Amino acid sequence: MIGGLFIYNHKGEVLISRVYRDDIGRNAVDAFRVNVIHARQQVRSPVTNIARTNFFHVKRSNIWLAAVTKQNVNAAMVFEFLYKMCDVMASYFGKISEENIKNNFVLIYELLDEILDFGYPQNSETGSLKTFITQQGIKGQTKEEQSQITSQVTGQIGWRREGIKYRRNELFLDVLESVNLLMSPQGQVLSAHVSGRVVMKSYLSGMPECKFGMNDKIIIDKAGKGGVTNEAGKSTSGKQSIAIDDCTFNQCVRLSKFDSERSISFIPPDGEYELMRYRTTKDIILPFRVIPLVREVGRTKLEVKVVIKSNFKPSLLAQKIEVRIPTPLNTSGVQVICMKGKAKYKASENAIVWKIKRMAGMKESQISAEIELLPTNDKKKWARPPISMNFEVPFAPSGLKVRYLKVFESKLNYSDHDVIKWVRYIGRSGIYETRC
Amino acid sequence: MTDSKYFTTTKKGEIFELKAELNSDKKEKKKEAVKKVIASMTVGKDVSALFPDVVNCMQTDNLELKKLVYLYLMNYAKSQPDMAIMAVNTFVKDCEDPNPLIRALAVRTMGCIRVDKITEYLCEPLRKCLKDEDPYVRKTAAVCVAKLHDINAQLVEDQGFLDTLKDLISDSNPMVVANAVAALSEIAESHPNSNLLDLNPQSINKLLTALNECTEWGQIFILDCLANYTPRDDRESQSICERVTPRLSHANSAVVLSAVKVLMKFMEMLPKDLDYYGTLLKKLAPPLVTLLSAEPELQYVALRNINLIVQKRPEILKHEMKVFFVKYNDPIYVKLEKLDIMIRLASQANIAQVLAELKEYATEVDVDFVRKAVRAIGRCAIKVEQSAERCVSTLLDLIQTKVNYVVQEAIVVIKDIFRKYPNKYESVIATLCENLDSLDEPEARAAMIWIVGEYAERIDNADELLESFLEGFHDESTQVQLQLLTAIVKLFLKKPTETQELVQQVLSLATQDSDNPDLRDRGYIYWRLLSTDPVAAKEVVLAEKPLISEETDLIEPTLLEELICHIGTLASVYHKPPSAFVEGSRGVMHKRLPARTGSGEGTECPDVGNAAGGSAPEAAPSIIPSQGDLLGDLLNLDLAPPTTTGPTPSTSGMQMGGMDLLGGGLESLVGTLGGDIGGSPAMGAGFGAAPAVMPASLNAPVGGGLGDLFDLGGGVGMPMGAYIPPKTVWLPAMKAKGLEISGTFARRAGVIQMELVLTNKAMSVMTDFAIQFNRNSFGLAPAGPLQVLTPLGPNQTIEVSLPLSTVGPVMKMDPLNNLQVAVKNNIDVFYFSCQYPISMLFVEDGKMERQVFLATWKDIPNDNESQFQIQDCHLNSEAASNKLQGSNIFTIAKRTVEGQDMLYMSIKLSNGIWVLAELKVQAGNPNYTVIELPASEIAAQINASEFKQQTDLNINCSEETVN
Repeated sequence: MIGGLFIYNHKGEVLISRVYRDDIGRNAVDAFRVNVIHARQQVRSPVTNIARTNFFHVKRSNIWLAAVTKQNVNAAMVFEFLYKMCDVMASYFGKISEENIKNNFVLIYELLDEILDFGYPQNSETGSLKTFITQQGIKGQTKEEQSQITSQVTGQIGWRREGIKYRRNELFLDVLESVNLLMSPQGQVLSAHVSGRVVMKSYLSGMPECKFGMNDKIIIDKAGKGGVTNEAGKSTSGKQSIAIDDCTFNQCVRLSKFDSERSISFIPPDGEYELMRYRTTKDIILPFRVIPLVREVGRTKLEVKVVIKSNFKPSLLAQKIEVRIPTPLNTSGVQVICMKGKAKYKASENAIVWKIKRMAGMKESQISAEIELLPTNDKKKWARPPISMNFEVPFAPSGLKVRYLKVFESKLNYSDHDVIKWVRYIGRSGIYETRC
Repeated sequence: MTDSKYFTTTKKGEIFELKAELNSDKKEKKKEAVKKVIASMTVGKDVSALFPDVVNCMQTDNLELKKLVYLYLMNYAKSQPDMAIMAVNTFVKDCEDPNPLIRALAVRTMGCIRVDKITEYLCEPLRKCLKDEDPYVRKTAAVCVAKLHDINAQLVEDQGFLDTLKDLISDSNPMVVANAVAALSEIAESHPNSNLLDLNPQSINKLLTALNECTEWGQIFILDCLANYTPRDDRESQSICERVTPRLSHANSAVVLSAVKVLMKFMEMLPKDLDYYGTLLKKLAPPLVTLLSAEPELQYVALRNINLIVQKRPEILKHEMKVFFVKYNDPIYVKLEKLDIMIRLASQANIAQVLAELKEYATEVDVDFVRKAVRAIGRCAIKVEQSAERCVSTLLDLIQTKVNYVVQEAIVVIKDIFRKYPNKYESVIATLCENLDSLDEPEARAAMIWIVGEYAERIDNADELLESFLEGFHDESTQVQLQLLTAIVKLFLKKPTETQELVQQVLSLATQDSDNPDLRDRGYIYWRLLSTDPVAAKEVVLAEKPLISEETDLIEPTLLEELICHIGTLASVYHKPPSAFVEGSRGVMHKRLPARTGSGEGTECPDVGNAAGGSAPEAAPSIIPSQGDLLGDLLNLDLAPPTTTGPTPSTSGMQMGGMDLLGGGLESLVGTLGGDIGGSPAMGAGFGAAPAVMPASLNAPVGGGLGDLFDLGGGVGMPMGAYIPPKTVWLPAMKAKGLEISGTFARRAGVIQMELVLTNKAMSVMTDFAIQFNRNSFGLAPAGPLQVLTPLGPNQTIEVSLPLSTVGPVMKMDPLNNLQVAVKNNIDVFYFSCQYPISMLFVEDGKMERQVFLATWKDIPNDNESQFQIQDCHLNSEAASNKLQGSNIFTIAKRTVEGQDMLYMSIKLSNGIWVLAELKVQAGNPNYTVIELPASEIAAQINASEFKQQTDLNINCSEETVN
């Protein structure tokens, strides 16, 4: 198990050091600093073995978190724990920075004592941690309150406390998708996938039981088998179903029920959380198509023409569009002409950045640039990094639709239709690249 | 108020100031002071001098302050054990506190204080906390048992905490169960043989129930523990799999990987024709792909594991090639791993896509990545024959870029392509030669030299090229020197007239001016070979090379199996067994996949004893798999890149059996050869014969056999007597909790002896040995107890001779000479089976009267007769007869007909069955014809080939008498 946990600043100074196991000595702190943080080369692996001691590290801005062990630990668990640790810290004091860590070091020690015992991760849900790790000391708690805390920390529903009350029961549901694309210069899709998240903000009283439904092919087929036949089921719903390759759920979702009935039922945590993640690869709506044309005119000039085409309903508007066209290192000057938006050559980033605020569906826009090059005697050809793109669209490129979200709370007197529900779809670009 | 100010106290004399503050009356000031102390402690300053003052602050109602003091205590208690005792009272008192959070805090902290005196006081509070009404306290106490065990294992056992911990597995609270499982698993790891985690269907059921309810971390503990269980049969295995599969949809990647581990392991037991088996395979792919959208560090862990899974079960991800395409912004460690998996998944179906990607990668910036991409193109060519041509042209394009490291890498892989497809792409040699000057890395230089040497006859200026390398011979690395030596000898053999001078130059450089023994030895071998017998030299040096295997870099199957059992852990990230990087007793235990129990498929692991008893297989595979193959070296194959050295894929049982088998075979064969030479100085002759033997045994690991080859005097005085097969491993240590048994059978002075070698490869002492046989064909049974009088300590070996009688119960076995043995010791009972040579059963009074012989010969029905030839046995009839007599095969009569000697022989088995044989020996013809006539129906079942084998070996052994 984890033998110790260290947090360093960018200079390699220790900000937090907590040792859980006897086999980890103080010298381990220095070993990591010397061999990883101060190493001249780029990091070649997030797991390093130095003198029979194993270091797992992650970096957040310029802060290093390192878990240390001498045993054959579950490596995936260690990394998951480090991410979780970052989440917990972030939800307590915001951004993870040297300043914030120094300001909250007592709190961090307290957290580390609670969520890692002898190197075994314990309950690390911020919802319940915040009930008893408060930096105020535990004062004036009644016996009931104490046992409520402990039962929540250890209980089956560790993520929600009892007795939550809201005047208005409200629910916000965001379907956030990032669409990833790698396209060849000829316009052939090399790989494309959507990774999506369903993020919820729930402000519900009591211990409500929720049920979530979407247009997943398997779920619909399953429902279809129950009553209407498959074909009829499709025509009545009138919607297209999508094929989800795989999905993972927040720990509040009953996985065994999903496995047997494909139904997503859960008691939600209070406030904001990520209900599920999913991935699709079939029938993805690619919101933009990039058509590059690069021509080398002699040794000192490049002509670049890039056309972007929007490919969705004309009534919808895409936002925050940005096209990044890489330029060679020996670029001396660039002239750009674009039909829409603004384009600039950014020498420090070796790229032409073309920004368009808004663009409706089924439109097309174009940029052309002349790049002057300095003659070099470098034999190696320019590697031509791909043209990348950023955007945001108000629909889900995977085609996912929320069919229902039902709320049941048997003990309190509010019913499903008393709950105000908001649903929003946002599609963003992930790694959206076209080779040129 | 911010706490960062505490980090900036660097004044002198601060210890005194702190001391004063700690003893202040004001609570706030005290707390401030303790915070300063902790901050100093964090940055590595020694503040142990403040111990008594800090401990004094422990008695407080302020929980925050209390926690800080505890933190200090954990750090410094070890250095101040006497003072730490001062804290005990507070701990004990806190363990009785009405607030469960404080009770838990106390027991948690106490367990972290590694002072013997404190642990004594810990026992009582811990016992209470283990039975506390509050689950939060119980789950903390469960982990505390593991802490205490780490400090003082004996104490934990004496106090009965282990039993209490076991009880907690049935606790109503899932988190308590999870922590108890974690603690027990850890304790069990340091007691490999204890039955601490008594996993049975009932307890497994409890764990599976808790799995649905506990936190993500708890699920990981439970799944990791489940992975250690071996279900009783395929049905239980399936039902556990069914209950574990929902975990594949968990958001926590570690939960997913641990679930994959359980499934991969238990799947071994499912029959492959089962529908569920196919369903399970399909279910595994999507979650594995999803792991690739996690953060890069987790992606790395996932990719390392997928690499293992793809090797074990390639069918799972064979359609998922695209997800492993490298993204421009991936961290380099993710890129390299993805590339590795791409090569493994490359097949004819997707090769075009893969190749297009690889070409793209070869133009990237990172040198390591580019090199690997170029190498990958070469691997594709070797793996998918249809793509070879395209790969070669891609590589040529890359060579045209003239980027130094790309060119070098390309040349190294092209050499491999030549090895795989000889005489197909030699047209590119000219292009390669153009780049000779730019090669500065040893591997690339060596590859180029190999190519020049191998195709010397097609390169007009081969001699000039090689000569140019020779100028700086002593500055080259060993790899290049060895290659240069071989290449020039090849050149000489191909174009002897023009290159005599060159070869002499290189031989003298290698033998006289070099300190490297490898180089010198090879130089001498070539030299003598060339001077003694140029024809033999040609045969040896220019021998046809076996093709290289297409699957490369494969992890050795036994290691792969072990790593599959460690999915998700560090071992799977390093691709090394835990024992390679974990100190102490932890991780010494080797995990193995369970054997398949279901029907529908033959056993994957043939019995070791079974394989060991047989003879060398007829057809040796045409691949050179064995690592650092010395034999290959002799045959001038050393240039095979590291990638060609992995063993051929095969099941684990085969692997082990195969090795023993061939090891044994080789030794006897080579032993014979040594005898053949018989001390004569004609080394050349010995070498001339060597290649004839070697191809058959190429597959063998380099054992002692080769030593014998050079040990010329070794075989001269071979004693006459019964043939004794070399010892083979009957029971590997992996199968028997560290006990390894090897042995053989011998007949000495009319008594059959089972000669055993027992080796203790475990950490604990073994005693109380006993042995028993199952009923067998000839009624073999131990004539006395197994004489192991002294306990066998770790790493000790003992040789025991067990006399056998032939009066035991009889049951016909298949094969006839199969023997099933049970060996017991203080740890467990182990079973294995072995085969004894039939010749053990030939009794001394097997000489039949001539008259009886004649009569019996006529009486035996023709059906019983079998006939076979013994090849290549240079032995006259008399010597053969003498030799066979040593094994109780008696010659009754001899006659000579037309230059053919006919020997009539008789054999009597221990159960009274007679076997008669006729041996035809033709002078000058090395082949013998044997006609075998067993005298009864039962004996007819003695397989003719078995008899042949025995006779064969006997005759082989006696060969030295001829020369």
